[in-house]
Formats: sequence, C-alpha cells, structure tokens
Amino acid sequence: MQATIESQQDGHAVVRLAGRLDFLSSGEARQRFVEAVASGQRALVVDLGEVLFIDSSGLGALIGGLKAARQAGGDLRIARAGEQARSVLSLTSLDRVFRMYDTVDDALAAF
Amino acid sequence: MTMTPDQRRISLAHRDRLLPGDRADEAGLRARLWLIRLLIVVATLLGANYLVWRYAASINWAFWPIALALLAAETYSFIDTCLFSLTMWRYRPRGEPPAPRGDETVDIFITCYNEPIELVRETVRAALAITFPHRTYVLDDGRSPEMRAMAMAEGAGYIVRTEEWSGHDYHAKAGNVNNALFQTDGEFLLILDADQVPKPAILDRTLGYFHDPRVAFVQTPQWFKNVPPGDPFGSQAPLFYGPIQQGKDGWNAAFFCGSNAILRREALMQSGVVGYARGLDRRVRRALAISGRVLRQADQRLSPTQRARFQPTIRELQQAIRDAREDLGAGQPLQEVTWRFQRRAEQAARAVVVQDLAAIRDELADLPGLDPGMALEQRLSDLLDDEFALSALARRESSPLAAIETVRALLMAVDVDRADEAIPIMPVATISVTEDMATAMQLHSLGWRSVFHHEILAEGLAPEDLRTALQQRLRWAQGTVQVMLRDNPLLKRGLAPVQRLMYFATMWSYLSGFVAVVYLVAPVLYLFFGWLPVKAYSSEFFLRLVPYLVANQLLFIVVGWGIPTWRGQQYSLALFPLWIRATTSAVANVVFKRKLGFVVTPKTRQAGASFRLIVPQLVVMAALVAAVIYGLARLALGLANDRLSITVNVAWALYDLVMLSAIIGAALYEPPASSELELLADGALTAATEHGRHGAGLR
Repeated sequence: MQATIESQQDGHAVVRLAGRLDFLSSGEARQRFVEAVASGQRALVVDLGEVLFIDSSGLGALIGGLKAARQAGGDLRIARAGEQARSVLSLTSLDRVFRMYDTVDDALAAF
Repeated sequence: MTMTPDQRRISLAHRDRLLPGDRADEAGLRARLWLIRLLIVVATLLGANYLVWRYAASINWAFWPIALALLAAETYSFIDTCLFSLTMWRYRPRGEPPAPRGDETVDIFITCYNEPIELVRETVRAALAITFPHRTYVLDDGRSPEMRAMAMAEGAGYIVRTEEWSGHDYHAKAGNVNNALFQTDGEFLLILDADQVPKPAILDRTLGYFHDPRVAFVQTPQWFKNVPPGDPFGSQAPLFYGPIQQGKDGWNAAFFCGSNAILRREALMQSGVVGYARGLDRRVRRALAISGRVLRQADQRLSPTQRARFQPTIRELQQAIRDAREDLGAGQPLQEVTWRFQRRAEQAARAVVVQDLAAIRDELADLPGLDPGMALEQRLSDLLDDEFALSALARRESSPLAAIETVRALLMAVDVDRADEAIPIMPVATISVTEDMATAMQLHSLGWRSVFHHEILAEGLAPEDLRTALQQRLRWAQGTVQVMLRDNPLLKRGLAPVQRLMYFATMWSYLSGFVAVVYLVAPVLYLFFGWLPVKAYSSEFFLRLVPYLVANQLLFIVVGWGIPTWRGQQYSLALFPLWIRATTSAVANVVFKRKLGFVVTPKTRQAGASFRLIVPQLVVMAALVAAVIYGLARLALGLANDRLSITVNVAWALYDLVMLSAIIGAALYEPPASSELELLADGALTAATEHGRHGAGLR
C-alpha cells in the first residue's frame, strides 16, 4: 500500500491510498491518519480510488482515523470508494456511518 | 468435512491422537450416532408422555405450592433434556484435521494479569516451541517489569495497553486481546491463558480447518493437568469439551471458550467493525431519543441568571436535535448527521463563550494598575479573535453547557468517535465477563463458521482450593446470564434457528439452581409434613416416570461413554446456591446496573474456612438427613400408612444426598503439601478469575 498526503489550506488534507488496505497495511494507514491529525490536518479526505482491496482491518484503520479527526474537531471523509470497498462497507453496516463521496472535491466541499 | 477413502485411512493411523469416543472407525461412529438418535427419540417421547400426564391428571391441588413448584421444575428438566437431545442429534466427531497450507501467518497471544512469572515463562517457552512458524506475544495487563524482562529474555514479544486506554474501561481480557490486535498483523491468532501450556503441534493440527474461508475459529479442549484423582472440584469438563461441543459443532455452533482457540483476524475485525457501526447507530438514536428530557431537566435546574445566559443555547440545541432525528430518519449517514449537530451545538455554545470572555475582560479592565492583568486582558482579546480557539472552547466537552453533566453526555454521545471507549472497535466483545461466548455468537450471527477440534493441544491449571474454584464457576455463570440478558440469542438477528437454541441451551442450564431447590426440598416437605405434590405415587406414576428416567440416563451414558461425567452431574445439583447467585447478580447487574460481586472469603486455607463457603448445602443436607431418619423411623415403628410414598421419598432424599456429597469432599480436600505447581496455580487463578478468565460452563 502507498499513502501520500496532500496538504491544503485551513487544515484540510487529501490522503491518497493505493494498493491493498488490509491487515498487513492497516496499522500503517492508521498511523498516517493519526499523524496527519496531530500535525494540524483535521479535515481529512481519504481517496480510495486506487485501492484495490480493503478488508475489515482496513475499515478499522478508517474508523481509527475518523476517531482521531473527530477528537481534534475535524472529520475523515471517504471519496471514490470502488465496488469492493462499497460492498465491505455495506456488509459491515459502515455505510450507515460514512457518507461516500464520488469525488475528492465533493468531499472537500462538504466541510 | 468429507474425506476421500485415502485420507480416511491415513486418519485411522493417527486416531490414537484423538480423544476416546472419536477413535472408532467410520462405521463405528455412524452406529454410535444412530444409537444416540434412537435414544433421543425414545427419551423425549417417554418424557412427553410423563409430562403430559403430570399436567393433565396428577397435580395434588391440596398442596398446590409444592405441587406447582415441582411441576415447573420437571418442565424445566424436560426442556433441558430436549435441548441436550437437539445438541446431540448432530454429534460430529471431526477425526483427523486437514493439514495447513504452510504459509499462514500466526500471532500467539498469551494473556496475563499478575500471574507468577515462572508460570508464564513455561507457557511462553512452550509457545515458542510450537513447530508451525509464528510470532509469540505476552499480553501483560499487569504491566510488570519482571514480566517484560522475562518475555525479552525468552525472545517473545511484549505488549501492554497503549496510552489510549488510560482513563477508559479496560474491559479485562477482552480489552487486552483487542489492544494487541491493533499492534500485530498475523492472519490468524492463537489465544492462550497464561497457564495454558501448548503442545508443539497445536497449529499444525488446527490451521487446516481455515481452508474453508468461512471458518472464523477453531476451539480445542481445555484440560487441566493438576487435577487430582477424583477431581474434587469438578474442574475438568470432558462432557462439555467433548460430546456437547461436538454436538454444537454439528449445528455450526461450537463455542469459543477464550483460550486454546485459533481465530481468523478478518472474522474478529469484521465483528468489531459491525459492532462499532451498529452500536453507534443505537447509541446516537438513544441519545437523541432521551435528549428532550435531558434538556428540559437541564433547563429546570438553571438559576434565573443562568437561564438568561443559557436559554438561547438550549433552545438552539433542541432545534438541532429535532433536525438530527429527522435526518437520521431520512437515512442520512451518522457521520453527516452528527457532524452537523456538533457544528450547531458548537455555534450555539459559542455565544456563551464570547459573552463570558468579554465579561472577564471587562472586569479586568476595571482593575487599575494590574500588570499581569494587562497581559491577560490582551490574551483574552486575542482569544476572542481566534476562530479556532473559540471553536475549541465551545466544542463538546469544553462547551459551557457541558457543566451540566447530562448535557455533556448528550453532546459526547451524538458523535461517531465513541469517546466513551479507549478504542472505537472492540473485535472481542465486551458486553459480558464471558467475552468468549458473546464473541462467538456475534461471529455466528455474521455467517461465520466454527470448528471444535477434539484433541488436547494445551494443558492448563485448575484451581486447587474451593474458594477459587467457586469463584471461577460463578464468573462463567454470571457471564452467561449477562449475555442472555444483553444479547439474547433467541432474538439476535443473523443466527440460524438451531444456533439460537444451542446458545440458549447453555444459558438455560445455568438456571438450574432454582429448580434444584425444589428437588432438594420436596422430599423433606413430604417426609416431615406430608406435603404430597402428586396425587399419589401410584403404579401409573411409576410406569410413566421410570422408563423416562431410564431412557434419559441411558442416553447420557451413551453420549458420555468413556468420559468421567459423574462429578459434573453431581456439581450441577450441588452448586445450586452458586447458580442462583449467578443468576440474581447478573440480573441485578444488567437491569439495575449493580456490580457483579465476588465470593468473599479468607484467602488462607483453614479447616473451617471451606465449610463457610457451603453453608446452604450443609443446611439442606442436614434437613435431608433428618428427613430420612424421621421417615425410616416411622416405617420401622409402623406409624406410616403410606409406606410406598415414604419409601420413594427416602430414596429421593438419599439420591439428593449422594449428589450433594461432592461438595463435602471438596470442602475437606487438602492439596498435597504446597507443591510448586499448586502455588503457581493458586496465584494464577486468583489473579485471573478476578480479571475475567474463561473457559466452559459445567454441564
């Protein structure tokens, strides 16, 4: 999995993930979210467009990031979730929690 | 699992590794299953025949309290027979396990909490010696430097709670495992209690079951190496870690029992994520549902000056709540609904913050010649211009409204971060002190499969004194009843009908304490006072009852063939005060939020101390003995006109006494003078039971 963080103004940031977000990489992903929040980027948009596969540990990382962002007064939004990601989100009822944005810009605009 | 004839032949060569009962060849196993099924049919039909007659024609209304109590008790027992029969209907010995792929990654978690270092060391060494490649971690909730040093010296990993946990509920062992899950990344994990010393083959013999991608966990038996001959405390549970689990396995309802089990990380994590999503939904809805009352009460409690200050904020909050409920009803995601709600609550609170800060600044300005005050005044002015600082001061816990505790709780609850928990996801369930059962039920409800592999692959330590043994049993029983009340399997969505009944059967068996009282008291009441619960001990009564009892006992004998089950049978009656206490305390805990409580007794082993633990049993035994003597005396003196009834009740009382006698043996039991093992077991189990260590219930 690769993760790149693109900082924007006012504490906004886009986290672009690529590859597999699974039990092997979820710890690292979570760490990146937490670090971003700690460095003042409280409004995170996670771009899942290049993520090939996401498992429950990967979902756990997203929730961990959401918690960190919320506790700092920000939020973590999901954009460009693919078919596989949408299906695991709905399988785990997480679609009741997350709003899935079609584009990164939509997600940013919603803050 | 189906096997080719070749595999079957190989497996027969290995069958001596398996436990008795599973060693027969395929034809033998099939014959045994059909014999069990035949006995099930016979026993339930005879039971129904007896019970229908009891209801229709036998109730002695002259003594209706005991008559109805006995009828209720017999109904309970019949339902118990039916549930047991259902369990055994698909009795499924699995035989030889499939071999692992070879590239699985496995983390071994040894959970500990202040157990003696040397005891854990033995487990760690055995874990490191497991042949299949793996990583070994000591999960130390005791945070002891000695334990850390031991783990390092042995070459095992060492994990303690992360900082997130400070100030939050630790959730005992469930929390310990959950904490470690987020610091490791094996595809599978083997959980071992600190005293459960694994055999080198434990992974080779179990990982193969995970070829089926739907299998979430493989449970193996818990067996205790320090139990003396005769098992005075009834520690071993061979019937449970044998036919009963094998029967549940046949229905895809094998239980996870906390230790000696291998779990698939993905299954646990999924269960945790689902638990988070559903729990969150419930939490937010409940908070919104009661918010009207919370805010009204908050409003009423305000003094007139406070009211002037807060009322606009409360009004705005009320409106925000109405909108949030509407949005939720319209199916908007929680993230969005709670985000908007939090922003509005913050905006509403900001007015108060600004007002307060401005007032302070003005007061400072009125104080002449106060230099530090000037600096403060400047800082307050800056603060009033700082958007982010103002938001932070108005947000949730720092909101001025948060001074009202209930409003603060409301603000915290209508969010998605589960600020009340250390970590938002709890893969191992935390709703009960028996986290294992709740977790298994959650996994089954999500469609995962389970396996019970009947081979002893780890050996542990059982309590060596009555106090600890009772404490452990009480915890299991309390936990089971907690799960029944908090997450009733009969109502839980996602479970198959028989899976519901398999969980319910175990919960049902823990309600036996109340029934035992009836069975113990009934003969005493008859022998002393002539209270006869049935119209007559007629030939019809015996013709219906005796075949039922015989068939029932035969079924039990065939199911438990080759397994010592007698001690377990005794204890299911003899521990009646404990079962009652477990039920009542669990109800008080779940319904009235009371603490669960412990068996409080002196820790030193004294001759008299043990007997203090079993006072209710001693009282009942004294009453039974007196009743037997009184009955026999009346027979001998020819004072009785109903000789048959007296004989029956004397026999009944004697049976009760034989069952209860197990507890006397336990109270009198003196362990061999302080063996090293015993000291270790003592320390381990006292620490562990109080921390929520688990295993199976007793049946």
